[in-house]
Amino acid sequence: MNIFQKLAVKPWSDDAHVAMTAQGGFAAPDAKIGLRFFLFVVSVLFFLLTAAYFMRKGMMDWRSLPLPPLLWLNTLVLVAASLALQWAKNSGNAGDAKQLHNGLLLGGVLTTVFLLGQLSVWQDLRSLGYFATTNPSNAFFYLFTGLHALHMLGGMVAWGRAMNRSWRGDLDIEELTLRTDLCAAYWHYLLLIWLYVFGLLTVT
Amino acid sequence: MAHATMADDLTEFHHPKTFIGKYVWSQDHKVIAVQYTITAVLVGLVALVLSWLMRLQIGFPGMFEFIDADSYYQYTTMHGMIMVIYLLTALFLGGFGNYLIPLMIGARDMVFPFLNMLSYWVYLLAVIILMASFFVPGGPTGAGWTLYPPQAILAGTPGHEWGILLMLMSLVVFIVAFTMGGLNYVTTVLQGRTKGMTLMRMPLSVWGIFVATILGLLAFPALLVSGIMMTLDKLIHTSFFMPAIVSMGEQLDYGGGSPVLFQHLFWFFGHPEVYIVALPAFGIVSDILSTHARKNIFGYRMMVWAILVIGGLSFIVWAHHMYVSGMNPFFGFFFATTTLIIAVPTAIKVYNWVLTLWKGDIHLTVPMMFSIGFVFTFINGGLTGLFLGNVAVDVPLSDTYFVIAHFHMVMGVSPVLVVFAALYHWFPKITGKMFNQKLGYIHFWGTFLGTYAIYLPMHYLGILGMPRRYYDYMDSAFIPDSAYLMNQSITIAALIVGAFQFVFIVNVIISLIKGKKAEANPWRAASLEWQTPDNPPAHGNWGDKLPVVHRWAYDYSVPGAAEDFLPQNMPRGQDPGAQEENT
Repeated sequence: MNIFQKLAVKPWSDDAHVAMTAQGGFAAPDAKIGLRFFLFVVSVLFFLLTAAYFMRKGMMDWRSLPLPPLLWLNTLVLVAASLALQWAKNSGNAGDAKQLHNGLLLGGVLTTVFLLGQLSVWQDLRSLGYFATTNPSNAFFYLFTGLHALHMLGGMVAWGRAMNRSWRGDLDIEELTLRTDLCAAYWHYLLLIWLYVFGLLTVT
Repeated sequence: MAHATMADDLTEFHHPKTFIGKYVWSQDHKVIAVQYTITAVLVGLVALVLSWLMRLQIGFPGMFEFIDADSYYQYTTMHGMIMVIYLLTALFLGGFGNYLIPLMIGARDMVFPFLNMLSYWVYLLAVIILMASFFVPGGPTGAGWTLYPPQAILAGTPGHEWGILLMLMSLVVFIVAFTMGGLNYVTTVLQGRTKGMTLMRMPLSVWGIFVATILGLLAFPALLVSGIMMTLDKLIHTSFFMPAIVSMGEQLDYGGGSPVLFQHLFWFFGHPEVYIVALPAFGIVSDILSTHARKNIFGYRMMVWAILVIGGLSFIVWAHHMYVSGMNPFFGFFFATTTLIIAVPTAIKVYNWVLTLWKGDIHLTVPMMFSIGFVFTFINGGLTGLFLGNVAVDVPLSDTYFVIAHFHMVMGVSPVLVVFAALYHWFPKITGKMFNQKLGYIHFWGTFLGTYAIYLPMHYLGILGMPRRYYDYMDSAFIPDSAYLMNQSITIAALIVGAFQFVFIVNVIISLIKGKKAEANPWRAASLEWQTPDNPPAHGNWGDKLPVVHRWAYDYSVPGAAEDFLPQNMPRGQDPGAQEENT
């Protein structure tokens, strides 16, 4: 039944009863459903920030800032981190705990490199005099990249917990794969958001 | 996989043994619900006292020396913010959402119990940060609950140094707490339902809470973004919202920012917030009316659709709060239209409540009284909304007491009446004790009549042109003496209504100590939460076996049935009469 048919069911009638004995819910694990909703919330956050960006950009005092080329390198590193986690997840599905561990580790290291890279972008801009207070476009740059980095840091907490369990090796492979899977999904999505943010800042 | 902890075996269910594990760091949704409720009620009492102080100033200006202009604005700001966010939002979603969702859908707990616990403690942290602002230099912010820049962070507004920062920080922390709770509620409703509990068999309470939570998850990011941006404007002097300003003869280093941008972001959150509070109230009141009128809810499907439509529309009406903000006047036409359209599904709900009562076997129990009181009050408040939704009528009324009267009727008194209806209705389930009926009726009549004594005259004051937000009218010529007299009477009514709320507190305490043991299902309700093996429900809710649902939650007075209600978990075919009628 699609959602419209579901919402058209007459719950008081007997006909409905036949169609209504199944257990509710999606086949995906609860944590995945929760994560999807969270990513939805994250998207709304960045969408609203974009709306604010365009409204503020319409004001007279806006002067775009030059984007440091280091951002391109950072983007590649984040893509690599995402791929590493995907590799870890695929290894987990194939039952290879060793490769899963390596992939997870690589993903975390690359993400740390990405975050340090972003920090260095910030420092470059500051040393060139592009402070958040000098122009709203600078402020939006720091806000977008900062919020994205905060979300990556939040992801690193989940990654750290999975990594820790993988190190100790006290979790069975299915459970560990699920955790890696969640990390990978989050990373892919944040990569998409980063590409969106980077694109937005480059194009406009 | 999806139901690892929901399955019929309890092996994964860890029962805490110690007092602290059971009642403090508890992961049981019922305990967390009570924690949320108690915290919200306590912080609500603070807001109640603030409203008393405000009214004392308006009714008897100059009589109380400790109330000056600054403290008056601090009272109004904190009163508004606490009532809307920290009381109503937290109570409906954190309190009732937590308690009712797992019990009503037949789950053992929320799907992420640890996150649920964390949600409460982060909420408590938000409350503590907010309360701390009473004790910092300069006191809490007096920017008005909408916190409009530029004045919110500039000298001249009380609490512009510490108060506003603590307020913004507290809001950000609250949003984090809400997001943790909200993800839980949504996922639990989708994933945790027991066998047979399809979406269209869920009680309307769950529908209301479910859709309100989705609204919250979509709307709170707007407040988060604007809160972070304003914090940056305040702390490091960015100019997101701040235009070029000369303050106290001095050119500030702000420039170019847009205060209207803040208003857009704020109301993109602020309007759905009304429905974040209202939708759970709609759902809960539907269930209580149906139970106590011994009749199925009229138009169940339409009720569900109306909840969904209201939820959707609530995101495209926000600028009706901004008719006088100087935004493009063409926007006004669009937002007035959407605002009036939202009245349609809302009216459908009201008609359905009234039709549920029509020829019902109405039991005038305490929860029923509060619910009927809600329907009355919601109609009153809703009708004045039609006035204010129209640009031409709103412009002259916008800055008057008419607005205060409108929103207190529709989103102050109405939801609070539902809060009490729900607390009385589920008190026997939550505590296992029966409350004192007499005190309940006293509480109802004092609250119901008293709030009308407060807010009905305010409509009149508003039409008279009495401006809101003034702390003293200084004998302005256009305000007649009768208005001052009326303000005094409103103040006295407010003091009395406030005092009546302590009747409720006393009732709770007395009933907990001396109340007689409640039956497992004193209202003879059909929904699942009343069919638990223990009363109050034990950890894990359902004993050894999860219930199986065979019917909707509204099988009351089914012709031919032996009982006048058929519980949701009663198999079909056991009651031949009912079966016949249902075909």
